[in-house]
Amino acid sequence: MMFAESPLNKRDKKTQKLFRILFLMMVMLLVTPVLLILATLIYKGGPIISMEFLFADPRNGMTAGGLFPALLGTIWLVVVALICSVPLGVAAAIYLSEYAPDNWLTRSINLAIVNLAGVPSIVHALFGVGAFVIFMDFGASILAASLTLAIMTLPVVIVATRESLQSVPHAFREACWNMGATRWQTIRKVVLPNAISGILTGVILEVSRTSGETAPIMFTGAAFYLPTLPESVFDQTMALAMHLYVVATQVPNVPDAMPYGVALVLISVVLAFNALSISFRIYLRGLKKW
Amino acid sequence: MVENTNDAPDIKIVVENLSIDYAGEPALTGVSLEIPRNEIFGIIGPANSGKTSFLNCVNRMDDMRDNMNVTGRVIYDGIDLTNWRNLYALRRKIGVVFPLPVGLPLTVYNNVALAPRLAGIKKRAELDVIVERCLTRAALWDEVKDRLDSLGSLLSGGQQQRLTIARALSQEPDLLMLDEFSIAVDPVTTMRIEDVLQELKEEMTIILVTNLVQQANRLAEQTAFFLNGRCVEVGNTKSMFDGNVSHQETKDYIEGRFG
Repeated sequence: MMFAESPLNKRDKKTQKLFRILFLMMVMLLVTPVLLILATLIYKGGPIISMEFLFADPRNGMTAGGLFPALLGTIWLVVVALICSVPLGVAAAIYLSEYAPDNWLTRSINLAIVNLAGVPSIVHALFGVGAFVIFMDFGASILAASLTLAIMTLPVVIVATRESLQSVPHAFREACWNMGATRWQTIRKVVLPNAISGILTGVILEVSRTSGETAPIMFTGAAFYLPTLPESVFDQTMALAMHLYVVATQVPNVPDAMPYGVALVLISVVLAFNALSISFRIYLRGLKKW
Repeated sequence: MVENTNDAPDIKIVVENLSIDYAGEPALTGVSLEIPRNEIFGIIGPANSGKTSFLNCVNRMDDMRDNMNVTGRVIYDGIDLTNWRNLYALRRKIGVVFPLPVGLPLTVYNNVALAPRLAGIKKRAELDVIVERCLTRAALWDEVKDRLDSLGSLLSGGQQQRLTIARALSQEPDLLMLDEFSIAVDPVTTMRIEDVLQELKEEMTIILVTNLVQQANRLAEQTAFFLNGRCVEVGNTKSMFDGNVSHQETKDYIEGRFG
């Protein structure tokens, strides 16, 4: 008799079940649009995907042929942006999390970073034009566009890195300091190896944003159409996001499947980059954990 | 430094009128005591009495913290700590063991080899010797010798605490500070560690902060009683536990009437 369910137990069980179902429904609700988008893209754009579509130049005023220059251009932009922003962002995050004293200056820098993340991308675009294209005289080029993208995504890298650094227990740092390790030795031997997967999460987020943004590259380096492939970071380039915008709205008589095909390729590129960093993360996690 | 060179060589640390506060919030006020060399010096007292702050001050951790302020003097081997130039070298001479075992997320081997590596030892053979010696002395070698490459953080709590001690020993310290090391350790392991400490005091000075008064009674030659950030009294442990105390609070605490 002692273990019989009281009415209170029953009520608790019911509530517990209710919330479980509620949360599950929320998840479903979130997953649905993703699945719908993917399904639409594959259904409508899938048939157009071919070797030619991926690896040929556009023809007939961009109504036929492939998107290779744009695909290559997006990879250029993402890679150069990563090279610029990851070392910068990680270094800034290490300073903010490990070295900076907790005072008003640090706090206002943190606030500024959060605000930077909220600046609309078109504003970043205008900043990029002023700073990189005109002032530094890179012209409209991959470098200028990538730097603009890098500035735009820096807050993401900084915040993700800082969070993951701070998720490493403070006791680890104390233990190292007590052993006579300097701050940097502690960071390199203990903190960074354990924060790396969180940092890579930030990188993944950055890649997704970088490859998808159109506004910041529109004025800084992405071209409507180019007959030649870029040879260095000082050339202009086509880019997938821009190309999608162009074939979807700017060019007449584009076959229906084409914009969907471009979008599908764009999403695949993002997923490919992400898969790369995720597998790297899994590899690293296999080496270290606690 | 000129001062203290003529002092009796058997005093490891002299503390004079030491006060510590955290951003104005006092943690320790006006502590003066002497810690003899090659002895176990016990510090007892209830929570929040400033015991841990005292340890943090001896290895100058105030340097790593923004809000910790120290006044007064700590003289270590005859040298005032505020004049100590290379704090990293100082901390390498001082091994610390924390209340909760901190197995670093490295392999067992690397946990123990970390400090020697920081000190510049690179040869594998040399490191092998140090690792085996330290793990043996911490009474852990037999249990982990076949899995030196597994993660230190995955050992059991008691093993991790002994790993922490091995790590502290790998620094070849001349001072070992233990901060309530037995909180997360089973009684059998505690006894084994206590035996280890009895052997270690031949070679180094040990400061044992403990919340178990009987542990201080078993191990420490001298014991200090801290209460509310003051050092109430310091004395020979045996006679303190025999009731020769000058403050009623000490008597009450030792007899378990509060704290």
